[in-house]
Amino acid sequence: MPAHVDAALPPPTIRPRLAATIAGFGVLAAACCLLAPLVGSTSISLGRAFDRTIPFADNVDAQVFFVARLPRVVAAALVGSSMALAGAVFQALLRNPLASPDTLGVSAGATLGAMIVIAFHVDASVFGISAVPVAAFAGSAGALAIVYAMSVARRHGTSTTVLLLAGVALSALLGAAVRFIQILADFTDTFRSVRWMMGALDVGSYNQVVASLVPLAVAFTAIFSMTRVLDLISLGSDAAASRGVDVRRAERIGLVGASLATGAAVSLGGPIPFVGIIVPHIVRLVVGADHRLVLPGSALFGASFLILCDLVTRTAFGPVEPPVGTVTAMIGGPFFLWLLFRRAL
Amino acid sequence: MALITTESVSFAYRERGPLAVAGVSLDVGRGRILGLLGPNGSGKTTLLKLLSGTLEPSAGRVAFDGTPLTRMARRDIARRIAVVPQETHAAFDFSALEIVMMGRFPHLRAFELEGEADFAIARNALAATGTAPYERRRFSTLSGGEKQRVVIASALAQATDVLLLDEPTASLDLGYQLEIATLLLRLNQDRGVTMIVSTHDLNLAATLCTELALLQEGQLVAHGATHDVLTPDHIRQVYGVIAEVAVHPRAGHLTVVPVARAR
Repeated sequence: MPAHVDAALPPPTIRPRLAATIAGFGVLAAACCLLAPLVGSTSISLGRAFDRTIPFADNVDAQVFFVARLPRVVAAALVGSSMALAGAVFQALLRNPLASPDTLGVSAGATLGAMIVIAFHVDASVFGISAVPVAAFAGSAGALAIVYAMSVARRHGTSTTVLLLAGVALSALLGAAVRFIQILADFTDTFRSVRWMMGALDVGSYNQVVASLVPLAVAFTAIFSMTRVLDLISLGSDAAASRGVDVRRAERIGLVGASLATGAAVSLGGPIPFVGIIVPHIVRLVVGADHRLVLPGSALFGASFLILCDLVTRTAFGPVEPPVGTVTAMIGGPFFLWLLFRRAL
Repeated sequence: MALITTESVSFAYRERGPLAVAGVSLDVGRGRILGLLGPNGSGKTTLLKLLSGTLEPSAGRVAFDGTPLTRMARRDIARRIAVVPQETHAAFDFSALEIVMMGRFPHLRAFELEGEADFAIARNALAATGTAPYERRRFSTLSGGEKQRVVIASALAQATDVLLLDEPTASLDLGYQLEIATLLLRLNQDRGVTMIVSTHDLNLAATLCTELALLQEGQLVAHGATHDVLTPDHIRQVYGVIAEVAVHPRAGHLTVVPVARAR
């Protein structure tokens, strides 16, 4: 057989590729964070917004930039990063490129948890953290426990297709519970919750963003501690174990990290669909399969992707502002179908 | 002293369930090639997993160079023992070189990136298995035989004393079977790698192995030199098949021809 180099494959050395990945996706994310707040019904200038010679109280551009728009952009960045990372981790741990917080029912679990707290006005806080993220994490972890049990069963022969179908069934079941709660809630709460369920990045202030930082920091630390391990686990648990990976420990860290990221993202911005599946795939097309590149690439590109989708919702539909989830679904739905067809052919 | 020893090792997949491996005691000397033979469900794959430490015995112990595997860290075991499974599926589009580089994992500290030495070892392993031309090919686009050789290269890059192979030629055609057998023999002779190979292919075992262990329903029926174990009586006892066993004049090793089902 003749020697053949697949031109699409990147060169092997990791250091320059890592630098290029972080620089490329980092510049894109920084540009999105800085430029997205400039766009909106009131046009403002970046120069004036950062002009420190004008007192903040008199600087309308700075107020619009930092108070009205930046919290929403930062929320979009954090939610996009978290969903993308959670998707990348699920795909590696379950060895299935179609796994994501949405397809496995983990987002639906987080939504149910958050919805119970929102609809029933639970004001309790745990260690000073609002009940919504705690309930969202509990919901995602509960849904994940079911998925995990199935993934363990998978080792004894259950196929990945069964796992994804189970995720569909779990999502439908949890979705029904959410709708039941919506019926029980009053009209205003129901309207708010319907909107929230399609993505609600208009956080209003930095408080919610700050509240999500602790769980996200824990989740990101857990996920980034296992970049290389995810490569090995994606070859199978026995293959990983025989190369020195403590598979059970890695699975626990990965699944807790990914469900914590999903819970925090859902409580901050609602269960925004498809980000967890689209972003890691696009990043893999650019950087290859190595998770040392896929994870930072997904975190940075996930942020940019959701900021841009949110920008579309704010500007492209005139006076109407649809929830950001409609835009991610309009892009993600066809992309998901394309992935299915590509795998099938 | 034996490199790997098992002392009365037993294993059940469920508590109080049937024993998949029942009281097996084996010694494998350095540089030997041991074949594990037995019918389906006789415990070959389970025994390999016990030998690699991915399963822990329900009773008895497995020791490497005198140290029980249960007292060794996962990474330490992986620096001494590598495994080649029957089949490997990559969930993502890794290149052949990336698959081979994964063998370097137990030799690197957390977050340490591979250096020139690691690439040299990986490329050496690719060359030794004749897969250097596929270095930058996607693993998923390789044929069964090419994939298996890349996975063997990954195990070689692990730079271990022992290679455990689970039916390494099961899904391969005759040409690739011979190729893999030749490759394993060469690696054993050139690098002194100790190998334990489970297989259904009695002729492969005769070609490759210096000694054989015959399993039936999790128990060790026979263990010894290839010509002592690969006999018509043992084949009839374990497989229920009447077979002729003779030294092939041109191949120079035993060959097994199944004749009929024993009644």
